[in-house]
Amino acid sequence: MASLKDLANRKEGLSGGHRACIGCGATIVARQIMLASPDPVVVVSATGCLEVTTTIFPYSAWNVPFLHNAFENAAATLSGVEAAYNAFMRKGKIAKKINFIAFGGDGGTYDIGFQSLSGAMERGHNLLYVCYNNEAYMNTGVQRSGATPRGANTTTEPVGKVRQGKVKFQKDLTAIIAAHNIPFVGQSIVGNWADLTRKAEKAFATPGAKFINVLQPCRLGWAYKPEETAALGRLAADTCVWPLYEVEKGILKVTFKPREKKSIMDYIKKQDRFRHLTRPENAGLVAEIQAEIDRRWELLISKDGKQLY
Amino acid sequence: MAVAAKTGNEAMAEAMRQINPDVVAAYPITPATEIVMIFAQFVADGLVDTEYVPVESEHSAMSACVGAASAGARVMTGTSSQGLAYMYEILPIAAALRLPIVMCEVNRAISGPINIHCDHSDTMAARDFGWIQMFSENAQEAYDNTLQAVRIAETVKLPTMATTDGFIISHCMERIETLEDDQVKDFIGEYKLTPSLLDIENPTTRGALDLQDYYFEHHVGVGEAMKGARSIIKSVAEDFNKKFGRKYDLIEGYKLEDAERVIVALGSTCGTLRAVIDELREKGAKVGLLKIRVFRPFPADEIAKALSNCRSVAVLDRVEPWSGVGSQTFVEVRSALFNLAKKPKLINYMYGLGGRDISLKELAGVYENLKKADSLQEVNYLGVGE
Repeated sequence: MASLKDLANRKEGLSGGHRACIGCGATIVARQIMLASPDPVVVVSATGCLEVTTTIFPYSAWNVPFLHNAFENAAATLSGVEAAYNAFMRKGKIAKKINFIAFGGDGGTYDIGFQSLSGAMERGHNLLYVCYNNEAYMNTGVQRSGATPRGANTTTEPVGKVRQGKVKFQKDLTAIIAAHNIPFVGQSIVGNWADLTRKAEKAFATPGAKFINVLQPCRLGWAYKPEETAALGRLAADTCVWPLYEVEKGILKVTFKPREKKSIMDYIKKQDRFRHLTRPENAGLVAEIQAEIDRRWELLISKDGKQLY
Repeated sequence: MAVAAKTGNEAMAEAMRQINPDVVAAYPITPATEIVMIFAQFVADGLVDTEYVPVESEHSAMSACVGAASAGARVMTGTSSQGLAYMYEILPIAAALRLPIVMCEVNRAISGPINIHCDHSDTMAARDFGWIQMFSENAQEAYDNTLQAVRIAETVKLPTMATTDGFIISHCMERIETLEDDQVKDFIGEYKLTPSLLDIENPTTRGALDLQDYYFEHHVGVGEAMKGARSIIKSVAEDFNKKFGRKYDLIEGYKLEDAERVIVALGSTCGTLRAVIDELREKGAKVGLLKIRVFRPFPADEIAKALSNCRSVAVLDRVEPWSGVGSQTFVEVRSALFNLAKKPKLINYMYGLGGRDISLKELAGVYENLKKADSLQEVNYLGVGE
C-alpha cells in the first residue's frame, strides 16, 4: 500500500477552490480515491453535490478528464467511456493504462441510478463505482433516499407529531452489489484514509467491475460541526452503524472491528438529524435502531472470512 | 455495387457493418431489435471490431453512447418507440455536448395503449432535442441515409437519426443496391474527435453545471449548428450522388413542377403516393408529392419555394400529437408558408396511427378533396373509424 508520504506526492485530481461546503466529506472521498490510483484516471460523476460544486461553468476543479451526463446514469456513461477505451486499445490507438471511476451520491446510486449501476456491474466493465453516501438527497435540500437510516429527519420524511423521521431501515446496497458476484466490493468511511486507500488500491489492481460504498458525513444534512467530519466517520465505524468490510473474490473480510463497540446514542447525539431521538419518549425507537444495528453487525461478523459466492 | 434483397432492418445493419463503429450500445425493442441482433452476430463472427455494449435499458444505451462519444469514439445505436422515449432525457444532452452519435430509429407508435406498429409519434416527440432527423421512404434510403448520417453527424457535430417506418420498411424485403465495404470506408472517412475525454495529458471537463450566465449561449450554439446543418446535409448528399449516383436532398418533389394539388408526407407513404400520382396523372390531374426527407433541421425555405405555385396542399402526418391544432409537420409547413404573398390552401390529415394501413384509394381521395379545399376544415383524420 502507498504510504501517506507517497500519496502526498501524487498529483491531486481535485483542486481547491470548488464550492463544496466546509467540512464536506464528498470531496475528501473523491480526492482519496483518485490519489489511490497509480495510473491516470477518467472520472464520470452523477448529478449531485460533487458534480454541482466542482463544475460551475466556466470553472472546473477537476485536474483529470471529467464527464457529467445525468443523474441516474453515471455507471452506464462510464461503461461507454470504458468501451471506447477498449476499442481504441484493440485498434492500437491508445496504449496507456487508465483507471475509470464513477462517483455517485446515494440518491444517484441506491435509488434512481440503481438500474444503471446494476447493469454495469453485471456486464463486468473494468471500472470502479464509488458511492459517496451521505444518506439523503443533500443537493436538493435533504430529502430521504433508500440510504437514509431509520429515524433520520429529512424534508420528505420529516419528524412530526406522529412520525419520527424515516420509517424504514436503509437497504444494504453493498450486499446487493456483492450479490452481483463482482471481484471486489468494499465499504469504507471518511475519516479512515488508510482503509479507504487500501480498498481503492485493491479495486484498481483488480480487473472487472468494482464497487466501494463510502459513508460520508454531510455538514448540511446531518448538522454537526464542520471540523468533526472525519471523527464522525470514525464514530460510525466504532458504533458499527457503518461496518468497514470488503468482499474480495467472494470472500468477506471485516476490515475494522472496534475494540469496544460504542453505543448508537454516542453517534445520535452528535447530529441534529437525530435530535428528536434524544427525547425520552423516543427511547423505544432508539432501542429498535440499536437492535437492528447489532443484528446486522453480528450477521456480518458471522460471515467474516467466509466465501459468500 | 451489389444488388441484394434486404429488409429495412437488414439494410441498416449492413450499413452498420460497413461503417464498423468503435462502439455500439443498444437494447432490444420491436421492431428495431433485428438491427442490433444482426449487428451482434457481426460482432460474434468477428466481421466488425466494434466494442458492443448490450446494456440493460435504452436509457443506459444512450448514456453509454454519450460516454463513448465523449471519449472520441464513432458511436451508433438503434431503437424505436418506448425505447426512444426512454432515451429522451439523454437525447438533448448528446446534442448539447455536440456528440455525433448516429441512431437507426424505427418509427413506431408510442404507448398508450401499447402498440408495436408504425406511426411517427416516437420520432416526432423527439424533434426538439437537437438531433438531425431523416426519414426514409424504403430500405434503399434506409441504407443510404444511415451512411450519410455518419458524415452529417460528424461534420455538423450533432447527433443524427435515420429512421424507417416500423414493419412497413423494417420488415419488408426489397431490392437494394449496397456499396462495397471500401467505398463506404472511403465515403465516411476516419473519425477523430478532439479533444477526447481519454486525453489524459489535456484534461477537459464536460457536462458542467451551466447556470444563468452561460446556459443560454450554449443553447444558441446548438441552434446555430442545426441551422448550418442544412447546407452540410445537402453537400453530403451531393457527394453521395457524385460517388454512387443516387440523388438526395432535404426535400424531394415528385411531379411537383406543374402540380396544382400537392400532398406533403414523410416516410414510406411517399412510395404509395407515387403510385397514386401516376394513376391520377394518367387521368390528367395535376397532382404532385412533396416528400420531406430531413425533418430536423426543418427545410422551411425549400418547402415554401416548392409549394408557392400550387393551389392546395394536404399535409399528411402519421401522428396525432394531441395539440388541438393539428400535427407537427402540418404546423411547421403552415409556418413555412406564412410569409408567401400567394399561399396555397393548406389542410392537415392525420392518418395511419398504430400501423393502420393507408390505401391508394384513401390517398386518391385526399387529392380529390384538395379540389374543394376551401370548404374543408383545416385539421382532419384520414381512415379513422366512426
